[in-house]
Amino acid sequence: MPKPAAIAGQVVLYGAFAAFIGYFATSPKYRQIPDDAALIKLSINHLGERECRKRSPEELARLPPNMRAPLDCPRERSDIRLEMDLDGEPVLRTTMHPTGLYKDGISTIYRRFEVKAGSHEVAVRMNDNAVKPGFAFVREGRVTLAPGQVMVIDFNPDMGGLFFK
Amino acid sequence: MKFHAALRAGVRSIFLRVEEALDAPFGGADNPLRHLGAIGLYLLWIVVGTGIYLYTVLDTGIAAVYRSIGQLSTDQWYLGGILRSLHRYSADGFVLVMMLHLVREWCYGRYHGFRLYSWVTGVPLIWLAYMAGIGGYWIVWDQLAQLSALSTAELLDWLPVISEPTARNFLAPDSISDRFFTMLVFLHLGVPLLLILGLWAHVHRISHVDYLPSRRAMLATLAALLVLALIRPVASHPPANLATVPRDVALDWFILFIHPLTDLGSPAIVWALLFAATIVLCALPILPHPARDPVAVVTPARCTGCDRCLADCPYAAITMTPHPLRPGSNLAVVDADLCAACGICAGSCPSSTPFRRQPTLVTGIDMPQLPVNALRECLDRSLGEHRHEPTIVVFACSRAADANALAMPDAIVVPLPCTGMLPPSFVEYALRTGADGVLLTTCRAGGCAFRLGERWTAERLAGRREPHLRRNVPRDLVAVVPLAVGDSAALDAALASFRRNLQGGPAASASLPPYEVLRRPTAEPVFGSVRSPDPRISA
Repeated sequence: MPKPAAIAGQVVLYGAFAAFIGYFATSPKYRQIPDDAALIKLSINHLGERECRKRSPEELARLPPNMRAPLDCPRERSDIRLEMDLDGEPVLRTTMHPTGLYKDGISTIYRRFEVKAGSHEVAVRMNDNAVKPGFAFVREGRVTLAPGQVMVIDFNPDMGGLFFK
Repeated sequence: MKFHAALRAGVRSIFLRVEEALDAPFGGADNPLRHLGAIGLYLLWIVVGTGIYLYTVLDTGIAAVYRSIGQLSTDQWYLGGILRSLHRYSADGFVLVMMLHLVREWCYGRYHGFRLYSWVTGVPLIWLAYMAGIGGYWIVWDQLAQLSALSTAELLDWLPVISEPTARNFLAPDSISDRFFTMLVFLHLGVPLLLILGLWAHVHRISHVDYLPSRRAMLATLAALLVLALIRPVASHPPANLATVPRDVALDWFILFIHPLTDLGSPAIVWALLFAATIVLCALPILPHPARDPVAVVTPARCTGCDRCLADCPYAAITMTPHPLRPGSNLAVVDADLCAACGICAGSCPSSTPFRRQPTLVTGIDMPQLPVNALRECLDRSLGEHRHEPTIVVFACSRAADANALAMPDAIVVPLPCTGMLPPSFVEYALRTGADGVLLTTCRAGGCAFRLGERWTAERLAGRREPHLRRNVPRDLVAVVPLAVGDSAALDAALASFRRNLQGGPAASASLPPYEVLRRPTAEPVFGSVRSPDPRISA
C-alpha cells in the first residue's frame, strides 16, 4: 500500500497530466486569418483545347470507313494561360499545364488570396488555346467582401465560363 | 555524429532524472515513464471502446453528423458526452505518450541491433496515429473540422501525385455530399485498425509484452481523464460553413498542430519536415554503433530442451527444434539477429549450476563473453584469496549503478551484463564456498535495460520462477538492491547496511554448511579463449 505522501504525489502528477492534455486539447485558440481579412479562392479545373486539323476528302477516302472522322485531333491538350488582377495590380500570371503522361489530362489550379475585407476590383482572364492570341474568357467585377468571407472564382463552360461565387 | 551523441546523452540525462524522481510517488511498477508503451496501448483501447459507442449514434450526412454528435454533449452529457470527451482526451494522451515513448527509446539508444525491427515498425505507426486523429476531427463537421479538412487538402494538393486539387471538394457549401461522411467514417475505422495491426507487428518480436499497465495505473489514468471530461467536456464548434473562414478555433495542438505550421510556413516546408523526420528516424539504426556483444551459444550435448530459456528470453530470440542427438527432446536455437546478449537465458538454464562436479562447467546455453565456467572459476579464485570479514560477493548489474567503484575491501564485485544472467544456484554456491553474504544489484523495478532481468531475478530468488534459489538458503544472507545508473551513494549505503546486518543483525547467526570444492583437474576449455576468467571481475 503506497504511503499517503506517495498517493498525494500521484494525485498531483495525474492531475498535471490531465491538465496538460485538457489545456492543449483546446488552447490556445487559433485564428487562421486576421479579423479584418477575407479570402479569395481561385480554383479551376479545365481541359485545354486541342488544335484539330480538318481532313481532306482524299485523306478520308484512304481511311477505313469506320474511321473516317472529319477532324484529326492530337491527343495532347493545350496549356492554359491564366491571369488575375486585384485592384488593378497583377497578383497571378501563370500557365496551367495539362496533367497526364501524354499531356492529355485536365489542367488545374488552386490558389488562396488573403485580402482586406471591403470592396475590391477583381479581374480574371483565361486562354485555353495557346495557339490563339488573347483571352477567350474574361471576368471582371467589383466585389464586396465581409470579414471572414470566402469568395470563389471558378470556371464552368456551362455557366458562361469564369464566374464569382 | 558527435552532435547526435551529445544530444542523446543530454536528453537521456533529463529522462533518467525525471524517471528516477517519479519512482518516489509511483514505485517502479506504476512509474508511467517506464511503461509508456503499455499506457499508450491502454489509451488506445479507451479510444477504441468509446469510439464504438460514438459510431453507433453517428448519423452520416452533412447536417445529421453535426447534430448527432452535438446531441451527445447536450442531451446525453452524462454518458455520450463523457464518452465523447474521453475519446478525444485519450486520443490526445495516446499521441503524447507515443511521442514520449519515441524520445525515450531514442535517448536510451534502443533503436539499433536487435531492436531495429521494433524501431522501424514503430515509425509508420506515427503516421497512422496522426491520420486517424486528423480524420476523426472531420467527422464532426464543425468549424474545426472545416479548418482541418481544408488545410489538410491544401497540404495534400502540394504533392505532385495528386492531379486534381482535393481542396476543390471544400470550395463552397454545396461542394460536399453526404457520401463524403460515409467514406470518412470508414476511413476513421480503417486507419485505426491498421494502427492496431501495426502495433501487433511492432511488439511481436519481443516476449512477455506489457499490453496493459498495472491495474492501479489504469484506474488512475481513467480517473484523471474522467475528471477532465467532467470539468472540461468536449463540445462542437458552430457548424461548418465553407462560405466563411472559421475564427478563434479551439485547436487540438497535439494532433492538429500541423495546420498552423502549414500556415506559418508552407506546404513544401511541412512536407520537407515530415519526410526528413521520417527518413532520419528510419536511418538512425544504420548509423555507426558500437559492435554488438557476442550472442548466446547453445551446447547441444548439454541442452535438455527444458524450454526455460525460451520462456525467459525477453526478445523471443530462442526457438526450440527437435534435438539432433536425443530423439523426443528439443534443442534451443538462438536467432543471432534478435539476441540482446543479456545472458538471461544462461541464468535460466538448469545446467548452469556451479555445483556440478565437472572440471569445466559447460551449460546448455551460455554467453561467450562470460561463460558460467569463468564465473565459477573466478568466484573460486576470489573467495579463495579473500581474507576479509565479512566477505560479501556483489553480483552487479552493469547497467545499474557502477559497482566497480566500490572501495570496500570486503566486497568481491562480479559485474554481469544483466543480473538476470545469474543462475540462483550461484548465490548458494558463493555462500557455501566462503562468502558471508551475497548482494545483487539490479536495475530499478520496471527499468531493466533488457526488460525482464530484474523481474526474473526477483522471482527466481523468491522461488516463484525456475530455476529458483533453494529454500534452505537463509534469505538474510542475500540482498537485492534495485539501483539506477546514478545511484552509487545508494549502493554504498545498501552495502554498509548489509554488512551491519551480517555482523550484528539477524543474519549473523544464519549460515550454510560449507561446500568443499573438489580439486578439479584442469581441463581444456570447450570454447577456447572464452573460458579465460573475465578481466572485469575484480576482488
